[in-house]
Amino acid sequence: MLKIHVDMDKCQHYGQCVFEAPTVFALNDDDKLEYHATADDSELENVERAIDVCPMQAIAFAK
Amino acid sequence: MIRPIVIVGASMGGLRAAESLRKGGYTGGLVVIGDEPHAPYNRPPLSKEVLAEQVDHAAVAFPIPPVLEDVEWVLGSPVASADLEAQSVTTAGGRVIEYSALVIATGLRPRRLELAQMPARGTHAIRTLDDAMALRSELIPGARVVVYGAGFIGCEAAATARKLGADVTVIGKGPVPLLRPLGLQLASDIQARQEAHGVKFVMNSNLARIEGTDTITGVVLDSGVTLPCDVLIEAIGSEPNVEFLHGNDIDIDDGIHVDATLHALRANGQPWDNVFAIGDVARFPIPQFCETTRRVEHWNIPTEMARKVGQILSATMTENPALADHLAKPFAPIPSFWSDQFEVSLLAYGLLDQADDIRLLEGAVGENCVYGYFKGDSMVGVCGIGMRSKIMGYRNSVGLVA
Ligand SMILES: Cc1cc2nc3c(=O)[nH]c(=O)nc-3n(C[C@H](O)[C@H](O)[C@H](O)COP(=O)(O)OP(=O)(O)OC[C@H]3O[C@@H](n4cnc5c(N)ncnc54)[C@H](O)[C@@H]3O)c2cc1C
Ligand code: SF4
Repeated sequence: MLKIHVDMDKCQHYGQCVFEAPTVFALNDDDKLEYHATADDSELENVERAIDVCPMQAIAFAK
Repeated sequence: MIRPIVIVGASMGGLRAAESLRKGGYTGGLVVIGDEPHAPYNRPPLSKEVLAEQVDHAAVAFPIPPVLEDVEWVLGSPVASADLEAQSVTTAGGRVIEYSALVIATGLRPRRLELAQMPARGTHAIRTLDDAMALRSELIPGARVVVYGAGFIGCEAAATARKLGADVTVIGKGPVPLLRPLGLQLASDIQARQEAHGVKFVMNSNLARIEGTDTITGVVLDSGVTLPCDVLIEAIGSEPNVEFLHGNDIDIDDGIHVDATLHALRANGQPWDNVFAIGDVARFPIPQFCETTRRVEHWNIPTEMARKVGQILSATMTENPALADHLAKPFAPIPSFWSDQFEVSLLAYGLLDQADDIRLLEGAVGENCVYGYFKGDSMVGVCGIGMRSKIMGYRNSVGLVA
């Protein structure tokens, strides 16, 4: 199980992560980021990519 | 001894290339050489948060993942020359490092003013963390700041300086700021919003002279008008860092010319098998959007190119069959950028400057909006203010119609 944390002070809701891991990240109707704090291990590569492409470097794996 | 893979440029492109090599299964030697003293950090905050807040390197540093534990980082050490035939690079300190493959990610440096008389203090450019820190200490309330150049970095720096209470004037050579990257409609809209916050624009102008010997006191425009000035921010474009390659058979005209698989090209157009260029310094074919090769100075490009080169090199070095299909597959990114200026937060996909027709798709001028950038029947780009989900919805439809 992956544990994911987004620093919502940093996140500017650019949605770049959504393209990399759409089952984990989404923008809601107000264009704000919503995400699942846990994800299946099979999402590892996608979440790693989301971490890389986040302009604000707001995403990390939680301990 | 087996030669390592050498990466020149220890910023986002260099870091991501190293990561991608390790993820692709390459376990051999990896040396990353960078001229800045800092470990890789994120540049976009330099014209935004880093100027506005007391942010240090730790706040903008990229995390170094555990897979990179055994990478040799040679920092504060510019590469002075390269010998592509002998497969080696030489640092300014005289260390010669031989490579099996070379990945060049040396980015750009700001073009600087070359006027007969330049004062010792008060003129700045923004490319590195040290640049931003030096500028920050001078952006105090009431300071008279002149930004020369009305592109993204200039406009962002202007907004940040204004938020800090400075008196800000932007001088630009076109009729409106951001004209080339955004087109007239959106550019005029952003100018109006900047002006509403008190930023002044003097357009269709060039700097003729700078006044002040020790510290800058004013700038003189080609119209003869003098503007008092305590801080000058030069944001007049950039030049690729390619000088260390002089003397080699390599096309470095306006960036390092690479082919569809990011191999650097000789003067005759033949690729070097083991030399790659990625990120801002690379001039590459992007046939989905335009007919010529070009550099694309957007943040998503170094990471995507680094991934590609990591996959190609890992496939070659480890003979990993799972990666073999990356060898021939052309690099085909969707460029993307964002920009923050006051409440304006722009998001774009595609290559907007290829458009010959720009249409408002959603929203209204002065409000949240989405513009489509068209070339003939193709939508080559989309850009807007706010309306993130709407803009994202167009991402996968940008590109030239085949
Ligand atoms: C102030 C600023 C704001 C930006 N804002 C945005 C934004 O909002 N949105 C967006 O999409 N993009 C933005 N960008 C662009 C984005 O940051 C770049 O596209 C990205 O940094 C390019 O990464 P790179 O690794 O290719 O090159 P760089 O980050 O330029 O890294 C190149 C590195 O190589 C080093 N180097 C150069 N020559 C040598 C040598 N001979 N030997 C050793 N090392 C060398 C350089 O010092 C540097 O550390 C911004 C850029 C700047 C400067
Ligand atoms: S990419 Fe980063 S900034 Fe953008 S929505 Fe995702 S977490 Fe937020």
